[in-house]
Amino acid sequence: MKTIGRRACLQIAFCFVFFSLVLTADSALAQSGGELRFCLRSEPKTFDPLLVDEDASLSIRYLTGGVLVRVNRHSQELEPELAESWTISKDGRQITFKLRHGILFSDGSPFSAEDVAFTMQRLMDPALHSSTGDSFRSGSGAVSTKIVAPDEIAIIFPAPIAGVDRLFDQVAIMSAHSPKKEAAVLGPFMVAEYKAGSSVLLQRNPNYWKKDSKGRRLPYLDSIRLDIQPNRDVEMLRFKRGELDLINTLDSDYFDRLASSSPGLAHDAGATLDSDFMWFNQVASAPIPEYKRAWFASGNFRRAISQAINRDDLARVVFGGHAQPAIGPVSTSNKFWFNSKLKVEPYRPDAALERLKADGFHLQNGVLFDKSGNAVEFSIVTNAGSKPRERMAVMVQEDLGKLGIKVNVVTLDFPSLIERISQKFNYEAAMLGFRNVDLDPNGQMNIWLSSAEDHAWNPQQKSPATAWEAEIDRLMRAQASSVDPKKRKESFDRVQEIVAEQAPFIYLVNPNALSAVAASVEGANPGILSPQTFWNAERLTVNGTTRASR
Amino acid sequence: MNVARKLACAVVVAVCAVSLAANWLAPEGYAKQFRETPNAPPSHQHWLGTDDVGRDRFARVLYGTRISLLLAPAAALISTALAVLVGGLAGYLGGIWLRLARGFTDLFLSLPWLFLLITVRALLPLNVSPMVSVLITFFVLGVLGWAASARVLSTSADGLRNSDFILQARASGLHGPRLFFVHVLPNLKPVLYAQFWISIPVFILSEANLGILGLGVAEPMPSWGSLLRELEGLISFREEPWKLAPLLLLIVVMTSFQLLLSNEEVTA
Repeated sequence: MKTIGRRACLQIAFCFVFFSLVLTADSALAQSGGELRFCLRSEPKTFDPLLVDEDASLSIRYLTGGVLVRVNRHSQELEPELAESWTISKDGRQITFKLRHGILFSDGSPFSAEDVAFTMQRLMDPALHSSTGDSFRSGSGAVSTKIVAPDEIAIIFPAPIAGVDRLFDQVAIMSAHSPKKEAAVLGPFMVAEYKAGSSVLLQRNPNYWKKDSKGRRLPYLDSIRLDIQPNRDVEMLRFKRGELDLINTLDSDYFDRLASSSPGLAHDAGATLDSDFMWFNQVASAPIPEYKRAWFASGNFRRAISQAINRDDLARVVFGGHAQPAIGPVSTSNKFWFNSKLKVEPYRPDAALERLKADGFHLQNGVLFDKSGNAVEFSIVTNAGSKPRERMAVMVQEDLGKLGIKVNVVTLDFPSLIERISQKFNYEAAMLGFRNVDLDPNGQMNIWLSSAEDHAWNPQQKSPATAWEAEIDRLMRAQASSVDPKKRKESFDRVQEIVAEQAPFIYLVNPNALSAVAASVEGANPGILSPQTFWNAERLTVNGTTRASR
Repeated sequence: MNVARKLACAVVVAVCAVSLAANWLAPEGYAKQFRETPNAPPSHQHWLGTDDVGRDRFARVLYGTRISLLLAPAAALISTALAVLVGGLAGYLGGIWLRLARGFTDLFLSLPWLFLLITVRALLPLNVSPMVSVLITFFVLGVLGWAASARVLSTSADGLRNSDFILQARASGLHGPRLFFVHVLPNLKPVLYAQFWISIPVFILSEANLGILGLGVAEPMPSWGSLLRELEGLISFREEPWKLAPLLLLIVVMTSFQLLLSNEEVTA
């Protein structure tokens, strides 16, 4: 009895030690993510996921919001999230989602089709003024929802919306019943603390539904601390000191400095969807001389200017090689929508001069004159404070100087610039950038339709001023009303070709997505789509032991 | 003249002389872009390296110095003339004119000048050459920078108005513009000189401030303001100390002006 008792005690002790070790190890695996720290460049304006329209709030929505489908920031493919599957009706007016079972909000309330219906109704409420909701407004009439089953919901639109499924990447589902309202979330993290002007602390959502391939519950990280820091110098200093783990977007100057001191930490993911471009004022009522209006209305003149700009130099000198010469409205990084038949306009000043001569321009003593004898001179306005754009304007000034064209570069404070280019039209040429977050061309409807406010070179036309603008209008409407991706692609390819032929916008460069990721961050895979560095935040871990001054 | 003042005078003269010799010292000019070597360190070809788009920094410092040093005194002249017109005349006339002028001057001084400059700059025509833009920038600075000097001058002229020699001149039948130009203005000279010298560094720094905001002299024309914009990246100081050259030159010239100024102020 005595021997048996001793053996039993030993066995019990062994089992206790074994299971303790297993439990500790499992707990360590599940809880070993640590805290990720990075900066928001401005104060988040809202925590309501349906009202988000600026970078800081977008970042928080991305980290806390649960969505039905998610665009994979790396493959650019649409992936199921809260919805297991979805179908779009043939007429493109209805999308039906089949939802996952057993999902809970961060406060423990269950997720169902009712929450999706509630979110859509709130999103489409005109009184809410949601910019996310605006992208779902396809025609007159209301958007309705139909709960088919607790795990199935149909959303019906008054008119077809092309690429409607991808729009749900931006819709964070809210709880219909939780008293915590927007604080109850379905994403990997939830807001735990907000100190105005200082920081936002996000903590792991204990009810997050996703697990990794080994069955461990995501996210790995315990928390994310977002410090509000608008100063980029300070942000870089703090990163170098090891106080931050990520810098989501870097300027090329900072990138090069970091790459030279710590090459492993600087990441260049390639060309973004953003572009910098210039255009000429073609507004009929603009207070500019008639002969200049005639230059700017000429496709030959615009193409000649485009040919006389050395885009390779812009990318190499201004962006230190961290940009690609732009081809058109779609970046080469947009895998599906880019028209691969188009090439970068080559730098050919001789060809540009020939093209100008065809329009009656002539060179005399190094100065270009038009057929009426007016010396060719115009100003380019751009926003003060944007160093890359100011540098590009100076380089364009020199490039065009070689053709005998005198360019005056004018930098203006942003409100004055916007007033000139969108209200008074008192400018000749402008240089600005387009921050594109949407892969789908529907996101550019407000630019290409001749009646649109953002049709920068000649906005809000009652009827298209030129035949090629009428053709763009037709093609853009055709792609927007079709649900066949192939037909949509054909239409938008042709739009890109017309833009290349007519050069209403002279595209200059697509800057690269530059970021910094500390060695302590494991699992990071920076991409070109926003949020570049933390798009897979649920799978990131921070190793505290390797966190040190860089 | 004490040693410090002599030294300051020598520095200002030397800087002016070197900047006037810019065409000879930097024959490539301030605008030529050596695109193969942007942001280059100092070399035999580029003594102070090149800027972001490959322009020779030494040439830009020389030409920028010339522009800032020549046009700041011109702007100072405009502002001092306006100050005489408003402050000097109001002080001489006294009474309601003096009160009106002081009220107007106080109102003008209370305006946020930087925003005023930005607004005025935005209203100017766009299609002007860089040289004209330089002239416009300093002209605007001169036109908007008279108020502080006018206040000082109005007080001085007010004091003169009640002085014995003015009373004697009046008693002798002298009045109107002749009294102002023959007796009042010559006695305001020391204050005028002091205000003129004070205004020069103020306008140089104002242009530098506008330049830092990207609203100063138009590209490709250099000025101290546009040159100082290169210092925005604080982290690079130790790595690229040659970028500090325009700042050092600005400090040396400003200090020299202050040393020159002290004596004028004592005289005033």
